[in-house]
Amino acid sequence: MRDVVVIGAGMTKFGELWGKSIKDLFVEAATKAIENAGVDHIDSMYAGAMSSGLFIGQEHLGAVMADYLGVNPIPATHVESACASGGVAFRQAFLEVASGVSDIVLAGGVEKMTDGADVTDVLATAADQEYEVFHGITFPGLYAMIAQAHMHQYGTTREQLAAVAVKNHRNGAKNPNAQFRNEVTAEQVMNSTMVSDPLRLLDCSPVSDGAAAVIVATMDVAKKLNKNLIRVLASSQASDTIALHGRKSLTTLNSVVKAAEKAYKMADKKPTDMNVVEVHDCFTIAEIVATEDLGLFEKGKGGEAAANGWTSIECKMIPVNTSGGLKSKGHPVGATGIAQVIELYEQLNGACGARQVPNAHVGMAQNMGGSGASCVVHILEAI
Amino acid sequence: MITARYHREIPQRYRLEASKCLKCGHINFPPRLLCPECKTNKFETIKLSDEGKLLTFTVVRVSSDRFSKETPFAVGIVELNDSVKVTTQIADVDVDELKIGQRVKLIFRKIQDDGKAGIHCYGYKAIAI
Repeated sequence: MRDVVVIGAGMTKFGELWGKSIKDLFVEAATKAIENAGVDHIDSMYAGAMSSGLFIGQEHLGAVMADYLGVNPIPATHVESACASGGVAFRQAFLEVASGVSDIVLAGGVEKMTDGADVTDVLATAADQEYEVFHGITFPGLYAMIAQAHMHQYGTTREQLAAVAVKNHRNGAKNPNAQFRNEVTAEQVMNSTMVSDPLRLLDCSPVSDGAAAVIVATMDVAKKLNKNLIRVLASSQASDTIALHGRKSLTTLNSVVKAAEKAYKMADKKPTDMNVVEVHDCFTIAEIVATEDLGLFEKGKGGEAAANGWTSIECKMIPVNTSGGLKSKGHPVGATGIAQVIELYEQLNGACGARQVPNAHVGMAQNMGGSGASCVVHILEAI
Repeated sequence: MITARYHREIPQRYRLEASKCLKCGHINFPPRLLCPECKTNKFETIKLSDEGKLLTFTVVRVSSDRFSKETPFAVGIVELNDSVKVTTQIADVDVDELKIGQRVKLIFRKIQDDGKAGIHCYGYKAIAI
């Protein structure tokens, strides 16, 4: 395999962007990434999106975006893996460059969620339609059931869940691209509207529009462009049963465990080598479980870690979701996995301003689909 | 819901029919063409136990449009006596009284309506025992 380097990144602001179409969003992010990379062409592109068909009635996104980006006739492929679509699109771009098929590839992700679809219903298509959704369960409901089981098994508390939201809003307030640039208090989280017990509104990532894109290339291309070398050390992916009830454990996400194991092995790194980590905090409990299953904390201690501030930027132990995470930055589903990689790219380039982690050299991004049926993990290093 | 799609699941939703692998004994609910444990394709049809215990639950207060008239409603994961786990609504309970580990039984109930002109959709819900 050839070494693969991230050489450019661009994203839209995340939020309720009623004036912009899905094409506007993707082309804005992709154009910024191409300009940031300084390349005069791309060989191929991927567009991650969860469900443009149900959200806005538009499929065939690879072709749509290549057309509007003005890059015909290069290969352009839509990648779908529910909420992990962006991360898997990045992995496809990585594999295409690593394999020697292409030298410069764009990996983008996009979602347009505010054009009027029944968002709860669309998101639920990432679960088992016949044996979960048929019974009325929602995504907040699935993660709420994980939370109840985690609280029962490990003593995780309501306050610990709130600590995740408080920390991520504090980080997101420092991110100009975040949907919510306001801090929240634990009291506000714990008094917000109940969505699915025990998860409240401020435990949930929002409905968002947005797009993000990065350019990956060979080491030769990066050196010719005189780039800081942000190398993709590992790309791994794992799967699990589509239904939460099909798992042996309701409190461990095995796809996260397996993807992380493979990523650490490929990168020849261990959890304590990570200087900055982006995890898929679609709900506060998801960050707690992810930080455990990535091996950052002992199983059952993720809540305590959040409440003790071990995941904050200030603590310098293991800063998690410096971007604000899905919770505060926003969660345009297909864009999320790419936006996580962008946060790592900027952290490793020392370009994160007020939310910069000092001396960040190695970072990890964990992006997952559904209630954990898909997970993709990437490790990047500044060399 | 398209009638054919609904009709295909009737043996499971009405009668809890599952498939038991003839080689390794793993029970699949719903039945599958390949056993995920041993990859063979020979099964016998069995009927699941309709009793079990609640492993986890939530109260859905914000639902998709299809279930919006039902909120709030409880949904849980039940482990039946034969170790098969299912996601199901929990009916006829005070949602504040629900507890992990409590015994439940699956009964036949209407699950959802397919709009004003569509079919009624039935299946199992759990009740406390």
